[in-house]
Amino acid sequence: MSIAECGFLTYDELKEKQTLPSDARYSKGPVAVIECVQEIPCNPCEAACQFGAIHIGDPITSLPSLTAEKCVGCGVCVSRCPGLAIFVVNKSYTKDTATVSFPYEYEPVPKEGEVHKGLNRRGEPVCEGKIVKVLNPVSYDHTPVVTIEIPKQYADEVRSIERERGKGA
Amino acid sequence: MSVKMIDVLVIGAGPAGLAAAIEAAKLSASVIIADLNMKPGGQLFKQIHKFFGSSAHHSGSRGIDIGRMLLNEAEEAGVEIWLKSTVTGIFPGGKVSIEREYDDRDAELVTLHPKEVVIATGASENAIRFKNWTAPGVMGAGAAQTMVNVNHVRPGNKVVMLGSGNVGLIVSYQLMQAGCDVKALVEAAPKIGGYAVHAAKIRRAGVPILLRHTIIEAKTGQDGSVCGCVTAEVNEHFAPIPGTEETIDCDVITIAAGLKPTMDLIKLAGCELTYDALFGGYVPLHSEKMETSVRGIFVAGDSTGVEEANTALDEGRIAGISAAEGLGLISETEAADRRTEIWRRLDSLRMGPFGERRRTEKNHLIELYHESVKEQKAFA
Repeated sequence: MSIAECGFLTYDELKEKQTLPSDARYSKGPVAVIECVQEIPCNPCEAACQFGAIHIGDPITSLPSLTAEKCVGCGVCVSRCPGLAIFVVNKSYTKDTATVSFPYEYEPVPKEGEVHKGLNRRGEPVCEGKIVKVLNPVSYDHTPVVTIEIPKQYADEVRSIERERGKGA
Repeated sequence: MSVKMIDVLVIGAGPAGLAAAIEAAKLSASVIIADLNMKPGGQLFKQIHKFFGSSAHHSGSRGIDIGRMLLNEAEEAGVEIWLKSTVTGIFPGGKVSIEREYDDRDAELVTLHPKEVVIATGASENAIRFKNWTAPGVMGAGAAQTMVNVNHVRPGNKVVMLGSGNVGLIVSYQLMQAGCDVKALVEAAPKIGGYAVHAAKIRRAGVPILLRHTIIEAKTGQDGSVCGCVTAEVNEHFAPIPGTEETIDCDVITIAAGLKPTMDLIKLAGCELTYDALFGGYVPLHSEKMETSVRGIFVAGDSTGVEEANTALDEGRIAGISAAEGLGLISETEAADRRTEIWRRLDSLRMGPFGERRRTEKNHLIELYHESVKEQKAFA
């Protein structure tokens, strides 16, 4: 099933429609993973990257493409993407763990050191992980970028954390 | 009763109306915007999400901030904004009556005699009828969005959303941001209607999307308000399949079943219309200047066919420039050049699998205008 039929990307569909970082690039540290697979009129990610690693060009409905070698994994694009569809994955965080940085626009914003359930693209908990970084500067415009440390085998799966219910208002 | 003369009256202070007013005022037209709401900005101030589009459309900024930006620009350009001001009539000879309310004194009926009018009255939500659809707790998705994002009141705690277009997807997300639980999103079609990235946000939060399903009943409790939602699968003709009913525990049902252009004033002004299913219903025929079959009456935004804020802004800009051109405030060549540039931008917004049909249809409507409007009617 495609994302238009189920609402989430399978890893196979993502691989087919986007160019993902190579294993060699992953071995060098954090890198952006762009999970944008539909041609919609949108290009803030291109301007967000000061390293010129993201290209859309003309027309603006083109899919963004990442030059992984230029990407430093800073995560600015994660906060800028209106579709919340960019993540930073570090598969060489430690020998056994990886980190995933994701946009998180719910209250309460998690704090560093907390343990949370890591959710996959369909909202199912797949593992637990420790929050190792939360960035929320003014320039991110209320889109905090949260980094969670998880067992390495879930690096291509975990894309958010379980939301605390009933505390939002 | 005194009649006030002005250059341009803009009806509606949403993105299209504000953009039109700004462009005309920058070219030194005297401009009044009349809007029946208590606050300007149309839907922008409840759109707390970051916008799509290009940098020329402030993409990446939140709707609410784009609204603030436009209001500042309008103020700097000298636009007068009349709030709580309902246009009640457009009369032959070019007079427009407005019921204007004030905070500190009684309302009065004001008559304006504008040289040009831009009608940017937006759109209204479609309803879907099912058993108990009028029960308290059933509401439009737009209403729920206004409650949480403008008035900071949750409509309830457990929500079922009907409709998977961008409104249904975005409002579901925002209801969760406000602390509600969204129990399910129900969609009769076999595919999600809106952008995949919006769907992915709510799926990632664990919200199921039930395709090929509809709502057949709102369950009501002792106080008459919603306490559940009965869904059913639908067949290929969108008819509910008996025996597939399921009840979801919820206290709110929100309906995002599309919008239709708000045409009352456009009809009243005598503009020639056509029916267009893709754009949500009857729409006015208009030229590439955004001018209707009535000379001096321009249209922009959702009232010319339901789209989104970026296209509304650009259509508004075109209408404002054209209105100023009609007043002789900008030369024909310069106005045409600026319009060409904006049309190019609009064309790029209307590309890709979601935009292509709208681009073709817009061009078709403009062709239709030139075919069927041989001579414009007089207004002012």
